[in-house]
Amino acid sequence: MDDVVLKVEDLRKRFGSLEVLKGVSFEVRRGQTVVILGPSGTGKSTLLACINRLVEPDSGRVFLEGEEITSKNAQKMRQKIGFVFQDFNLFNHLTALDNVRIGPMKVQKLSKEEATEIALEQLRKVGLLDKANHYPSQLSGGQKQRVAIARALAMRPTLVLFDEPTSALDPELIGEVLSVMTDLAKEGMTMVVVTHELGFARSVANEIIFMEGGVILERGTPEEFFTNPKTDRARQFLKKLSELYGEKAR
Amino acid sequence: MIVESLPFLLKGTLVTVWLTALSLSLGLIIAVPVSFLQVYGGRVSRFICSIYEKTFRSIPLLVLLMLIFYGLPEIGIRLEPFLACVLGLAIRSSAYQSQIFRGAILSVSKGQTLAAYSLGMSRMQTFWHVVFPQALRFSIAPWTNELTVVLKDSSMAYALGVVELLRQGSYIVARTYEPMLIFLTCAAIYLILTVSANKIFAAIEKKLTIPGFEMREVLH
Repeated sequence: MDDVVLKVEDLRKRFGSLEVLKGVSFEVRRGQTVVILGPSGTGKSTLLACINRLVEPDSGRVFLEGEEITSKNAQKMRQKIGFVFQDFNLFNHLTALDNVRIGPMKVQKLSKEEATEIALEQLRKVGLLDKANHYPSQLSGGQKQRVAIARALAMRPTLVLFDEPTSALDPELIGEVLSVMTDLAKEGMTMVVVTHELGFARSVANEIIFMEGGVILERGTPEEFFTNPKTDRARQFLKKLSELYGEKAR
Repeated sequence: MIVESLPFLLKGTLVTVWLTALSLSLGLIIAVPVSFLQVYGGRVSRFICSIYEKTFRSIPLLVLLMLIFYGLPEIGIRLEPFLACVLGLAIRSSAYQSQIFRGAILSVSKGQTLAAYSLGMSRMQTFWHVVFPQALRFSIAPWTNELTVVLKDSSMAYALGVVELLRQGSYIVARTYEPMLIFLTCAAIYLILTVSANKIFAAIEKKLTIPGFEMREVLH
């Protein structure tokens, strides 16, 4: 299995005078998990949003399974790209079940029965079958994020993008979300994950991309990156994080 | 005497209720697209809608009614007094209602829209399945307020000779010379209608309540 699912070519984005992405290129192969690390404000989240055109890039190209994503076909292409947000963004007026099945029902036009079956299966996978009829406000942060992951998976995506999925969570709730993501990676889902969870990056990622200042400074296997970072910036970043959180290899 | 007058007053009340219901409904039908365009429209449609909304929020209702009833015939549009009143009340109410909905739409957080887009929903689907159901819940309280405003202002139809509650009252006063008693009865009927409408919509609001989904006061 060596085929490229996602190909990003020279992506650039500027907000006013601030150039957030200064030409970012990378590829993700099928079944791989790529973790993007880097200090805050270096364009990691913008990069993800530009991939599925939630933010329109200024230039550069993005291909999903060889097909270019443009502003014209973005709506269609987004069906194949799951997106998990930092602050969950569950639909507040819908139960967990309705949150998960609304995509298959309204976008993919599946029957209610089919959509429900898919939704329940996904909720079971994230361990929240018993919360199917709860509203978002009745769920903990970790549970909300797991529902959000189930919602993304219910669309049977080719690729899932995670934008700091655990950054809005209380520390004790992070584990449950990471374990769902770890299972997902093991099942062979293709994933791009922006995170500060070094333990997850080390144990799950196939490749680490280190970004700063809108460019990719370094990339490699977790082993290379964590034991022998090539750039000073990466070394400093790792040092700072390990000072902050302690050694958090899992 | 009140007992004798009551059938007439109730007949007028019925006209008042009709006037209110039709004006509000027509106002709603106009307000939804206006508010939609104000939030999602291009620059031109946003501009037109905001002119519409500002204009009709600034003209006194009575002036608007006079324009419709006495002015429009000059360009060949002649309306029955009742219809003229419905139109006038509806146009003005649509301007206010559009502001209620605009505020409600804007109070649905951006993340909700992004999440809907990320599933591949179109703008229309996002509005219809995600934004609108939430905005609707935010709108109920201010909308009920608008209902009571239209109900009370429907008494302006008096000026065009529509025989609604107030005019029925004044007919009876002309016969009986009991203005205090009769107009107090009219006032009481308005009061009862307003309070009942509030009660009904409070019940609807409660019924639509979603746990933890607070009915925030919407700025408008």
